[in-house]
Amino acid sequence: MSEQLEPLKKSEISVNDIAYTQMETGESVGLLGHLKGFWVPFSKIFKKTLTVEYPEVKAPTAERFHGRHQLNRHPDGLEKCIGCELCAWACPADAIYVEGADNTPENQMSPGERYGKVYQINYLRCVFCGLCIEACPTRALTMTNEYELADDSREKLIFEKEDLLGPLRQGMLMPPHPMYPDMDESNYYKGDVKQSHPSQDVK
Amino acid sequence: MTTAELIAADSGTTILIKALLVFVFCVVLTLMSVWGERRLVGRMQERPGPNRVGPFGLIQALADGVKLALKEDLIPAAADKIVFVLAPIISATTCFMSFAVIPITGQVSLFGKTTAMQLTDLPVGVLYVLAIASVGVYGIVLAGWSSGSTYPLLGGLRSSAQVISYEVAMGLSLVAVFIYAGSMSTSDIVAAQSTWWYGVVLFPSFAIFAISMVGETNRAPFDLAEAEGELVGGFHTEYSSLKFALFFLAEYVNIIAVSALATTLFLGGYHAPPGLGFTEAWLGGWFTGIWFFSKVLVFFFVFVWLRGTLPRLRYDQFMQFGWKILIPVSILWILVVATLRTLSLEGAPRIVVVGFASFVVLLVMAANIGFDNAKKKKLASLEVETSEPSFAVPSIPMNVSNINVSQSSKGGDHV
Repeated sequence: MSEQLEPLKKSEISVNDIAYTQMETGESVGLLGHLKGFWVPFSKIFKKTLTVEYPEVKAPTAERFHGRHQLNRHPDGLEKCIGCELCAWACPADAIYVEGADNTPENQMSPGERYGKVYQINYLRCVFCGLCIEACPTRALTMTNEYELADDSREKLIFEKEDLLGPLRQGMLMPPHPMYPDMDESNYYKGDVKQSHPSQDVK
Repeated sequence: MTTAELIAADSGTTILIKALLVFVFCVVLTLMSVWGERRLVGRMQERPGPNRVGPFGLIQALADGVKLALKEDLIPAAADKIVFVLAPIISATTCFMSFAVIPITGQVSLFGKTTAMQLTDLPVGVLYVLAIASVGVYGIVLAGWSSGSTYPLLGGLRSSAQVISYEVAMGLSLVAVFIYAGSMSTSDIVAAQSTWWYGVVLFPSFAIFAISMVGETNRAPFDLAEAEGELVGGFHTEYSSLKFALFFLAEYVNIIAVSALATTLFLGGYHAPPGLGFTEAWLGGWFTGIWFFSKVLVFFFVFVWLRGTLPRLRYDQFMQFGWKILIPVSILWILVVATLRTLSLEGAPRIVVVGFASFVVLLVMAANIGFDNAKKKKLASLEVETSEPSFAVPSIPMNVSNINVSQSSKGGDHV
């Protein structure tokens, strides 16, 4: 039985073994059939158009559309990025450049030892594949639905860290500031930090 | 007082004003029809069409015109310069000239003078229109030839062959109108249609005219001269700026002109549709112009509708249709019409006329059945051939799909 699964050799198939399908020539459609063809575009005149009038009307994208990236923050305002460069390594288009640096008590940008000092995404190279998002261990890097990324120079299309960072929300403080009292970075990742503590406000 | 006498009494200033009005009518109608066509075709294709320049995109055509005028005017090095410049001028002027004999309104008063909106009334008005249309072909042929480039040359040749072929059918379709109206003057033909439109009485002529006027104006589905996929832009490939704009203008004025001619010859010209005759006195006679205008717009809509519906014909199919169907059918139809007209003019008894007409109808039906049978026989003979191919066919490399399906459905225990 199994040898029947092998492809047959050319010589084993003769012309007569091949089933021929008769193409349907179709009956003559008649005058009414032709008029039907004219009716289709005519009836379309009175129907709604499919066009989205883009600059005025922006149709929402798909929920998980791959748009511009965003660097997220912890609920107290510290950055989630730890400068590990995994996103840069994952990037197939070599669009991401990261330089990490050490956190110091005077300059605490993220919980833990390291933070991303330089963070650049080159949108001339980015293919929006999302591999960087999968690579990010702290969920610092995610994608927004923003798609209007055209510009007129190469420099403007290299987004710096401050272009990518998410906004400060309710209860967030602008880093650098100390970590939440009596918490270490694992508490941050477990979600124990809900908002900033008054003692964190150094200014 | 006939229209011809009315027009003959015009003073010089009246003629000038009328010429200006006709010119403005053509240009404004062209601008509006470019917009209207794009909007309509857009709606037919489920998109809105131009809607950004002005309210509803109304001045889109004007913006396009300004854009064309501001573009660089190129003359290719290989072009014959004088003819290259002359060609668009020929195209644009001839299309306006045919409007001179089209009666746009009935008797009206223009600045206190009684006249009719028709520039001049020639005894051979319709022949004049046909002649002018033929001269217009020179614009296209010369444009193709003088460009010094291959595609324009091919486009120009195609276009001339096409227009000349369809002019024969067009001319023949008009013969029946001449026989019935007893005149070639446009105003006489309109006057002769006061009871019955020729589009109804001479319906086959009307159908042939309507088809050939699409061929005559190089419009879809007969726009072979500008088949983008084969000839780039056809005869105007090398043209840019205002010269291109002139060709563009000529195309649309031509559409309006043939629509106006069809209205005049077959749809009763400026007369109101049957039953609405009382409207012709409204606005001091100017309302007839509105009837004329709306009939022209109906034709224009059909042009757009055709473009939105039908794909372009292949060149040989197109030529076969013109020479093997349209022209023989027109000639036979003329024979029938001429016989019927002669019978009724000679005062033959009604029974003879009716007998002849029914004989013709029977003949057409018999021929139709004969054609159908021949077609069926041909199809049947084709079916016999397909069951056993005599030609070489490529062998199929694998034959696994059927076996796989049947075994996996049993449970796949063959592994």
